[in-house]
Amino acid sequence: MTATAEHTKDSPIAGDILTVAREQVLDRGVGLSEDQVLQVLRLGDDRLDDLLALAHDVRMKWCGPEVEVEGIVSVKTGGCPEDCHFCSQSGRFPTPVRSAWLDIPGLVKAARETADSGATEFCIVAAVRGPDARLLAQVRDGIKAIRESGNDIQIACSLGMLTQEQVDELVAMGVHRYNHNLETAKSHFPQVVTTHSWEERWDTLRMVREAGMEVCSGGIIGMGETDEQRAEFAVQLADLDPHEVPMNFLIPQPGTPYEKYEPIEGKDALRVVAAFRLALPRTMLRFAGGRELTLGDLGAEKGMLGGVNAIIVGNYLTNLGRPAQQDIDMLADLKMPIKALSDSL
Amino acid sequence: MTFCVHCGRPPADGDHTPCRGGRAALEPPRFCGECARRMVVQITPAGWSARCSRHGESTSAEALALTD
Ligand code: SF4
Ligand SMILES: [Zn+2]
Ligand SMILES: [Zn+2]
Repeated sequence: MTATAEHTKDSPIAGDILTVAREQVLDRGVGLSEDQVLQVLRLGDDRLDDLLALAHDVRMKWCGPEVEVEGIVSVKTGGCPEDCHFCSQSGRFPTPVRSAWLDIPGLVKAARETADSGATEFCIVAAVRGPDARLLAQVRDGIKAIRESGNDIQIACSLGMLTQEQVDELVAMGVHRYNHNLETAKSHFPQVVTTHSWEERWDTLRMVREAGMEVCSGGIIGMGETDEQRAEFAVQLADLDPHEVPMNFLIPQPGTPYEKYEPIEGKDALRVVAAFRLALPRTMLRFAGGRELTLGDLGAEKGMLGGVNAIIVGNYLTNLGRPAQQDIDMLADLKMPIKALSDSL
Repeated sequence: MTFCVHCGRPPADGDHTPCRGGRAALEPPRFCGECARRMVVQITPAGWSARCSRHGESTSAEALALTD
């Protein structure tokens, strides 16, 4: 028997990345470096369960057992001037998505559906490069109407790139968190978007943080990035140090340049989730779009036991999700308490 | 239905495999089944509605009732 064969069976290998991560991330709370994340991403399938178990331990120790549940709605759908290659809402691609505008009663209803599902977080999203005065007025009136309906759910927004003035306006409206995804590694971004830069996105996030809003920024896995770029992205997010990182898995959208991409394998998705947890021990890591297709019901559960501690329930912006109650039931089965509104205020 | 609600083509025309797979299950109808016009679709956390300028609105609630 060779030494290597013995190692895989018996005691942990000295220098084994999971052994290193246990001491560094779990015990000391120090996230993995880029090179270390890459080592994790290259672990074989035979180590996946160990990896997920460690990521879960890290999440429990540094974030706790609670899960934040969120619902989202699109206030302005389609017709976006940008060219993000994954997006069915770009006006530059021949996708079947037509422009739509959600009225105030629609926003109030969506916020109500979200609160009724048990979620504490409601994110209002628009397909725009950045908000204009009309959109900001709609968001302002929407938030006011949601409050007047007796719904005290926390409100987040995702309205594209912002000016300082717009950041200040959102703060004044009571928006407590802002989502703006970096989407992918800086080195891969020019392959995904050509109408604006990664740095422009970063600038908005910096202003959001300085204004005192919580920063929410993640991306999409499965857009042709390499393992090296996944590791790069993980540490770039760690540098940003956001409050929350939403993780999406590409759903290839008809008519977009990524229409023919294959959804990534469930095992790879779980490996990435766990690796991101080890790079970001204290950050809220949220399951967002694509998990239904990539992971299915069983995989979603594995992810919740592999580093994830937040979830979007119900439908997404242009895609449907599984019914919210199914996720709420899953959390009950896993004995993971849902973060209450009182905890986040 | 005269037209596929996911791609807008008649059922006998072309390949509808992508319209039946897992991805399509996560898509609301995008084309009117009666006239193949692209519909204005609004998704909310618990449902969707889709409006054809000619044939009016359909919703997830009606679609559920049909399958019940
Ligand atoms: S900016 Fe947003 S809505 Fe517009 S194309 Fe990019 S991802 Fe889609
Ligand atoms: Zn079809
Ligand atoms: Zn019609």
